[in-house]
Amino acid sequence: MFLKKSPWIIHYDATSCNGCDIEVIASLTPMYDLERFGIINTGNPKHADIFVVTGSVNESSRQVVKNIYDQMPNPKVVVAVGICATSGGIFRECYNVLGGVDKVIPVDVYVPGCAARPESIIDGIIKALDILERRLVEFRKAKTEARRQEKRLRRYHLND
Amino acid sequence: MTPIDYFIHLDNIYLKAIIYVVLAPVLGGLLAGVDRKISARLQSRIGPPILQPFYDVFKLFSKEKIIVNKFQNFNVILFFVFMVFTGSLFFLGGDLLLVIFALTLAGVFFALAGFSVNSPYCHIGAERELIQMMSYDPMIILVAVGMYQVTGTFRVDAIAMYDGPLILYLPGVFLGYLHVLTIKLRKSPFDLAMSAHAHQELVSGLKTEFSGTTLALIEIGHWYENVLLLGIIYLFFAFNSFIGVAAMLVLYFFEIIIDNTYARFKWELTFKSTWLVTALFGAANIIILYYAMQP
Repeated sequence: MFLKKSPWIIHYDATSCNGCDIEVIASLTPMYDLERFGIINTGNPKHADIFVVTGSVNESSRQVVKNIYDQMPNPKVVVAVGICATSGGIFRECYNVLGGVDKVIPVDVYVPGCAARPESIIDGIIKALDILERRLVEFRKAKTEARRQEKRLRRYHLND
Repeated sequence: MTPIDYFIHLDNIYLKAIIYVVLAPVLGGLLAGVDRKISARLQSRIGPPILQPFYDVFKLFSKEKIIVNKFQNFNVILFFVFMVFTGSLFFLGGDLLLVIFALTLAGVFFALAGFSVNSPYCHIGAERELIQMMSYDPMIILVAVGMYQVTGTFRVDAIAMYDGPLILYLPGVFLGYLHVLTIKLRKSPFDLAMSAHAHQELVSGLKTEFSGTTLALIEIGHWYENVLLLGIIYLFFAFNSFIGVAAMLVLYFFEIIIDNTYARFKWELTFKSTWLVTALFGAANIIILYYAMQP
């Protein structure tokens, strides 16, 4: 319920041409002001709820994307910004390009465009908020289930 | 009789403690919200809602807990407990010196929390936090010394009930305290240890490795701290509670403007400027007061 009101984002540039990065930064400027939705660009995976990735992922940025995703605490969502991040774009056929973020981590919202406009980036992040809410419900369910399992293990002394 | 006078004259310390423990985070959170709104307005943005800090903290409570080290949460919880304890001592009318040492202890536990994890960002943040503590502590002790010289007591309730205007006796100490307040409130020229608002070279500095509930505790601890620091401002203007509250609000607004108009200092400049101000305003004020008040 409060997750929707204060989503913090982390932005990573996975070998992008910087076009989309500039647009992501532009949506934080006074002109668009993402902070009015409570959104903060944290730059720290441990504080973030939304992972914004730009660029077609290649072999050298693959591990970084995976690392950042793993370090983020649940519930979390991933937004792929720009056509390169969604499918690889014009670099799709290149030998060193994986072609999209979803080859490495699960992506929830795709924002196309070359470069994606700030309006569509904001729209994509707002769409991700609904998914974030659903993730929270799933996360709570998984947590209670894990606790029940642990209790059962403890009862039959199976965890020593 | 204003509510603040009523609070000072309240005899039941348990009631006082409950009022403080419940009201301080509410006030601190609201102040933080107003702070963000005014900062946004100064940058010609719309800004988040006033209740945004509360949304942030409630969200953090519902996130997953990632603990990299078992000493990490221990230190953060001690920081929180000692921060509440410090504020309670102050608002219950305890000894001002004890308040200052308990505040330092809370700061030490916060720095230890930074040192307890392996991240280099946390370590540098914690080192800078210690440097900041070294810079501001002399001035804060001088505040207590100055107030003792004028009123003849270290007890906060006696100082708050003192009739004369403390600000007229201690203008230099007050200016020094304002300088130090910028460090303590983690405002811009001196926000070395953690990035409060923007990106910086240390990711999030001291709080890089903290997430979920732990981060929420750090936030609430800082709200308690901010209320305590504004309470010390009130002591300078305690002769009239309206002037006192007005001074707290005006000075907080002043700090927000400083926050938005200054770039970050390096730690050397922070350290040197703070000790210079401490010597120039704080110590000089106390020496002059010593000779002026001799019978």
